[in-house]
Amino acid sequence: MNPRILAATTGRILRQLRHDRRTVALLVVVPSALLALVYFMYVDQPTPPGQPSVFDRVALVMLGLFPFVIMFLVTSIAMLRERTTGTLERLLTTPLAKLDLLFGYGIAFGLAAVVQAAIAAAVAYRLLDLDTAGSSGLVIMIAALNAVLAVALGLLCSAFARTEFQAVQFMPVVAVPQLLLCGLFVPRDEMAGWLQAVSDVLPLSYAVEALQEVGANAEPTGTMWRDVAVVAGATVLALVLAAATLRRRSG
Amino acid sequence: MEDSIAVRDLVVDRGGRRVLHGISARVPRGTVTGLLGPSGSGKTTLMRALVGVQVINSGTVTVLGRPAGSPELRRRVGYLTQAPSVYADLTVRENARYFAALHGRGAVDADRAVADVGLAEAATQLVGTLSGGQRSRASLACALVGQPELVILDEPTVGQDPVLRADLWARFHAMAATGTTLLVSSHVMDEAARCDRLLLIRQGRLIADDTPDAVRAAAGVDDLDEAFLRLIRASETGTDDGGRPVGTDGPGRPARPVDAAAPTGAAGEETS
Repeated sequence: MNPRILAATTGRILRQLRHDRRTVALLVVVPSALLALVYFMYVDQPTPPGQPSVFDRVALVMLGLFPFVIMFLVTSIAMLRERTTGTLERLLTTPLAKLDLLFGYGIAFGLAAVVQAAIAAAVAYRLLDLDTAGSSGLVIMIAALNAVLAVALGLLCSAFARTEFQAVQFMPVVAVPQLLLCGLFVPRDEMAGWLQAVSDVLPLSYAVEALQEVGANAEPTGTMWRDVAVVAGATVLALVLAAATLRRRSG
Repeated sequence: MEDSIAVRDLVVDRGGRRVLHGISARVPRGTVTGLLGPSGSGKTTLMRALVGVQVINSGTVTVLGRPAGSPELRRRVGYLTQAPSVYADLTVRENARYFAALHGRGAVDADRAVADVGLAEAATQLVGTLSGGQRSRASLACALVGQPELVILDEPTVGQDPVLRADLWARFHAMAATGTTLLVSSHVMDEAARCDRLLLIRQGRLIADDTPDAVRAAAGVDDLDEAFLRLIRASETGTDDGGRPVGTDGPGRPARPVDAAAPTGAAGEETS
């Protein structure tokens, strides 16, 4: 890796994003709009005493998951475009190292996710009265980490898609099972044993647990840090696998 | 003269089909060499092998004294893919500056490369809004911005206005005069006459490796288009129209043995 090339690549990806104003607007507005929707859905629901309200519970997890879902899609398509337009082949004939490209995507979309999560969090905490025991900064950090995980998975999955149609279909394959089994719909310890085992190897389960730890505890807990480490480890693993799919030579 | 490219017995299969059938060729340093041949003849595959992105079956490909694809070559070789491979959602200038940065060059070099391909006026335009010819010149600017020693250009002049095409060829020769080696593919024969040397490839086999004048002399006609036709026919029958033997081993042999590529008589003056 080369810091100059990494910085140039990160800047190039952010510049591409900046030229696409509609995408930027959607990235900024959609999470806040959906949070508001959830707020109004649950606004008249009674809250059992001593428990967090349904909105607090759902909004917290949504804040962490938006960046995951969106950055997975954005990255899969962006990387597929690099492959199909020939820019990837050209890049691989230049001094750029594979990790410069992969980390460039991770940093660029990670930064975009921080902005997205910060705006959504500001709306949730200030306008929609979201209440968590822990700090909103930790929520944004976990959201950004989820985004980088999604970028890594998107880079990896794009290697298995030939068309943009296929790339979009990887969203339900990769993201939806993780969303279903992460403990948001059914608590993980109430699932059948084999489902729990599947849930245990899906990184998003740890991301959601970390968010729930922030929701329930004023100070960061050991469990939260362990979960954060697991998600970070899964990200590195996905990046290594993605690097292995980038071949300078092809048939 | 030292060779920038030396290819020996290169065999490549793509998609289960043999694309290159044992090509041997050399490209001397500081020349503009044309890689001519019809669509599907293997030009792009040969170029991909030279920049080290093509899996090869057998043979050796030596570029600037190193095996093709060596990491060190990535800063010394510039490659223009046939389809313009630039970012449609960036401006011309942003594209050039990015590829400049990859080669350790600055904004000044990038802006000069953009001006050199005649796109100074369109520098702040998004590549996606350019015409096909402009887009391919934007891509060319990105291939030249690193000032590589060897430039491999896959059909750089397709769809260009005749005046611009002449300008680009003048620029290629100016680069060659300073020691840069250029390998330029084309399927337009009128571009062959602009090259110092020619490699004619057909169905994955090298038909000729010589100067334009030597090719004309070998075929006995002045028109290069006609000359190539005769060489192709001759390579299929074993002799050319003048009865001179050209490659006695039947199809697949170059018109002249590659090792005897040193041109004969006055025909060779152009390379010196």
